[in-house]
Amino acid sequence: MSLWKKAAAVMAGAALAVFAIGAAAAEPLKIGFVYVGPTGDFGWTHEHDLARQAVEAHFGDKVETTYVENVAEGPDAERVIRQMAQSGHGLIFTTSFGFMNPTVKVAKQFPDVKFEHATGYQRADNVSTYSARFYEGRHVIGLIAGKMTKTNTIGYIASFPIPEVVRGINAAYLAAKSVNPAVKFRIVWVNTWFDPGKEADAANALIEQGADVIMQHTDSAAPITIAEEKGVLAFGQASDMTRFGPKSHLTAIIDNWSPYYIARTQAVLDGTWTSTDTWDGIAPGMVAFAPYNPALPKEVVALAEYARFGIMLGKIHPFTGPINRQDGTPWLAAGETASDGDLLGMNFYVEGIEGALPK
Amino acid sequence: MDLSALNPADLAFSLIVAATPLLFAALGELVVEKSGVLNLGVEGMMILGAIGGFATAHGSGSLALAALAGAGAGALLAALFALMTQYLMSNQVATGLALTLFGLGVASLVGQGYAGQTLQVSARLDIPGLTDIPVIGRLLFGHDPLVYLSLVATALVWWFLNRSRAGLILRAVGENHEAAHAIGYPVRLVRVSAILFGGAMAGLGGAYLAVVQTPLWVEGMTAGRGWIALAIVVFAAWRPWRALLGAYVFGGVTIVQLNLQALGVAIESQYLSMAPYLVTILVLVVISADRARARLDAPACLGKPFYASS
Repeated sequence: MSLWKKAAAVMAGAALAVFAIGAAAAEPLKIGFVYVGPTGDFGWTHEHDLARQAVEAHFGDKVETTYVENVAEGPDAERVIRQMAQSGHGLIFTTSFGFMNPTVKVAKQFPDVKFEHATGYQRADNVSTYSARFYEGRHVIGLIAGKMTKTNTIGYIASFPIPEVVRGINAAYLAAKSVNPAVKFRIVWVNTWFDPGKEADAANALIEQGADVIMQHTDSAAPITIAEEKGVLAFGQASDMTRFGPKSHLTAIIDNWSPYYIARTQAVLDGTWTSTDTWDGIAPGMVAFAPYNPALPKEVVALAEYARFGIMLGKIHPFTGPINRQDGTPWLAAGETASDGDLLGMNFYVEGIEGALPK
Repeated sequence: MDLSALNPADLAFSLIVAATPLLFAALGELVVEKSGVLNLGVEGMMILGAIGGFATAHGSGSLALAALAGAGAGALLAALFALMTQYLMSNQVATGLALTLFGLGVASLVGQGYAGQTLQVSARLDIPGLTDIPVIGRLLFGHDPLVYLSLVATALVWWFLNRSRAGLILRAVGENHEAAHAIGYPVRLVRVSAILFGGAMAGLGGAYLAVVQTPLWVEGMTAGRGWIALAIVVFAAWRPWRALLGAYVFGGVTIVQLNLQALGVAIESQYLSMAPYLVTILVLVVISADRARARLDAPACLGKPFYASS
C-alpha cells in the first residue's frame, strides 16, 4: 500500500470517528412523559407538564421531550409506555400511581431505558420512584382551615382510599384540630381523580351540610368555582387555582417537580443515574405554596408560615404523638413521630374523624 | 347519624341541577332512537356542546346565546353522523363510537385557549315573593331558565311523539322503514331531522354542564354523562316522562350518595356509585322478560340501515 493510500485511509478513519463523535454529541436525550389527565387540568398533570417545560428550558438542545396526555390507567398505559421505550426514549416519567404495574412490566423488557414512576412503591434496577410529602402541605392548610372556619365544619373531597389520600386527611385534621378543638371534618369520597361535575356536586353537598371551608384531593378546579359561587373558602390542589376563585382561594399546595426532573435528567446525561426512592417535602422545594389570599388575617398567615418554616427546618413533624387511631387504640406515643413506613401504608383515620374509611 | 342535617329542599335543588344535562341528552337520543337510528356519539356531541356553550358564554356573557351555541355545536357534529349513516350508509354503531372519540378530540382542540378561564353567568331566577317562599320557593322558582326548558322539552317531546302527526310518522319510520317508505314517507329526511334534534339536545346538555353546573371548561369534563344518557333511554323504555324520571334517579343517586357520605353514613360509596347502572340492568331484565311488551317498547328498526328501493 502506498503512502498516499495509507494517509487517505487514516484520514478517512479519523473523519469517520469525528463524525461519529459529533453525531453522538448532537443526538439529544429523548425524555418521555406519560400523563393521566390533560395538561390543561390546571392541577396535577399541569404541574408535571410545567416541570417538563422547565427541563427543556434548562437543557436546551441536549434533550428532546415528548408527552402523551389523558392516558388511562391500565392496558392503555402499557401500550403508551412501550411505544415510548421502543421509539428511543432514554428516560421516561410515568406520572400516576396507576401506571405502576405497566411501568415495571415494560421496564423489564427495556433494561437500557431509565424509568421514573411517580407515587409508586415498586422499583427495579432501571425504575426509580418519587413522590412528594404532600401531607406537610396538608398540615399547613389544615392550620389555616381550622382558624378560618366559622361553622367548625371543614368539607373534604377525597378521591380514592389509598394511603396518600388518607394521610392527607389525617394530617389536615390533626393540624386543624390543634388550633380549633371544636373542628369537624366531613369527608366525601368521589371515586375519581378528575370529574369536574361530580367534584362540583360534592362541594355543593358539603356546603349544604354546613362546611364553610373546602379541601380537595381531586384534580379539577370545579370545587373552587363552587366555593366562590357559594361564598365559602377553599384551597387549590396541586397548582395555583386563584383565578377560579379570587375571593375563596386561600392558598394551594403546589407540586413543584422541576428540581427533581432536572436533577434526574442531569444524572442520565452524566451517566450517574441509579434507581432511587425519593420522597421530598417542603424543605427541598418539592412541596410549595401559592401566594396567600390577601384577605387572610395576619396572624393566620404567621401561623402558616411558622409551620412551613418549622417543617422546613425539621422542627415540626405533622404526625407527632400522642396520636390514637380512630378506634381509640394508640398509634404514636407522646413526642414520637411517625415512621415513613407507617405513613406509606396508612390505612386508618386518626381519632376524632367521623365516618368509616372505605376499603 | 343525624339525618336532620339533610335539608330536602337543598338536596332536591342540587339533584335537579345534576340531572338536567342528562335529561337534555336523553330526550334527544330518545327521539333519535324512536326514528330507528342508534347514535352512540352522545358523549362527543355533549362535549362539543360544552365547549361551544362555554366559549360563547365567555365571549358574550349570555346564557341564551351559550345554550344556542351549545345546541348548534352538537347539531353540527350530528350532521356529520347523519351524512355518514344516512347517505354514505356507514355502520351506525361504529360511526357513533367514532363520533364520541372525534368529538372529545375536537373539543380539546377548540378548548385549548379556554382551559383555566372562568365565567360570570348567573341566570338563576329570582322572582320577588315567589322565590323567597320557604322550602319550595327556591326549588320551584329559583332555577336557571334551562331547567324549565328541560321540563317543557320533556312535555313537548311526549306530545310530539304521541299526539302529533309528525310524531306518528317518525315512530312509523322507526318501527318499519320499508312500510313507511312504501306509503311514501321520506324515511331519510325524518331520520336526518331526528339526528339533528338529538345532536342539538346533547349539545344543550353539554352547554348546561359547562356553563351552569360547573362554570369552567376542562377537557373530558362530560366524564361519561353521554353514556349515562344512553342508559337512561333504555331505562325509560323510550318514553319521555320515564326519561325524566330516569335522569332524576341517576342524578339523584349521585347527589344523595355524596350527601349521605358528608353526613358520615357508612355505606360503601362504590355501591352507591354503581346503583344507577344496577337499576338499569334490572329494568332491562324486567322489560325484556315480557317479550310482547319488549317488542312494543323498542323501535323495531333500531340501528338498521335503510336502503331506499326507489
